[in-house]
Amino acid sequence: MNSSEIPILRLGKVLLAGLSNELDDKTALRFADELSHQVSAIGAEAVVLDITKLEIIDSFAARILVEIATMARLLGARVVLAGMRYPVAITLVELGLDLPGVETALSVEHAMDKLAPPGGSRVG
Amino acid sequence: MSDRKLVKNGQVCSLPIRAEDDLLTARHAVRAAALQAGFGLVGQTKLITAASELVRNCYVHGGGGDLVIEHLSPPPRAGLRLTISDDGPGITDPAKALVDGFSTGPGLGHGLGGAKRLVHEFHLETEPGKGTTVVITRWAG
Ligand SMILES: Nc1ncnc2c1ncn2[C@@H]1O[C@H](COP(=O)(O)OP(=O)(O)OP(=O)(O)O)[C@@H](O)[C@H]1O
Ligand SMILES: [Mg+2]
Repeated sequence: MNSSEIPILRLGKVLLAGLSNELDDKTALRFADELSHQVSAIGAEAVVLDITKLEIIDSFAARILVEIATMARLLGARVVLAGMRYPVAITLVELGLDLPGVETALSVEHAMDKLAPPGGSRVG
Repeated sequence: MSDRKLVKNGQVCSLPIRAEDDLLTARHAVRAAALQAGFGLVGQTKLITAASELVRNCYVHGGGGDLVIEHLSPPPRAGLRLTISDDGPGITDPAKALVDGFSTGPGLGHGLGGAKRLVHEFHLETEPGKGTTVVITRWAG
């Protein structure tokens, strides 16, 4: 099912994907494909990308992340980037890449809270 | 300020950039060197990211080349100097290529200018038809 090496978990209408410490070009491209397939297959309302472990985001990886967010939005889903490491954030700012259209959250937990409807039951 | 008195401590490592997998190998080598040189988390991340940009440019735009990693140790500072070179098509207008948003490919065009901002010293030498060499230096700590 999941042909990329990044595990994609389904929690109701939310997809949760955990990226590892390294994101190489091929894996990133395969992951973007697989994720868009799954978003449309289950009619996902949101995608949470757990990047807690990701140590480097260069301009290539940034472009893929923005493409994933754009693609998901076109399919009607929100994308939340959760748990960015602070050296990665500092580096992205210096690269001049602010990931337009990508929501962020401090952690996966914060991302899930963000997605939960106010006062309603938790998503997932 | 000037790096005239730089002393190399003799540790030099050269890596070929010929295939896509070499991008990852190069990143690993720079990380290992940065750890050895005593870089902090932020400095390490900045240097590896800059290297990633330049090595990818070397592979994608320059048709492949080499990465040379040198340890610099003018006491009390430690640093790393990376030289990324190719004998590809070169860059016709280097000033333009350094501007954010300029790309001759599908990229965002932030690689070259971004790499420059992520290091302490940046030298670009390029000649159309001959190739491109970028030398970057970042100090630890
Ligand atoms: N080693 C090289 N040889 C030839 N041309 C190069 C080289 N490095 C950069 N360039 C030229 O400079 C331009 C800008 O490079 P830069 O890295 O900023 O952007 P990019 O590689 O196109 O996109 P990205 O944001 O994904 O890095 C490139 O599009 C290319 O035309
Ligand atoms: Mg580039």
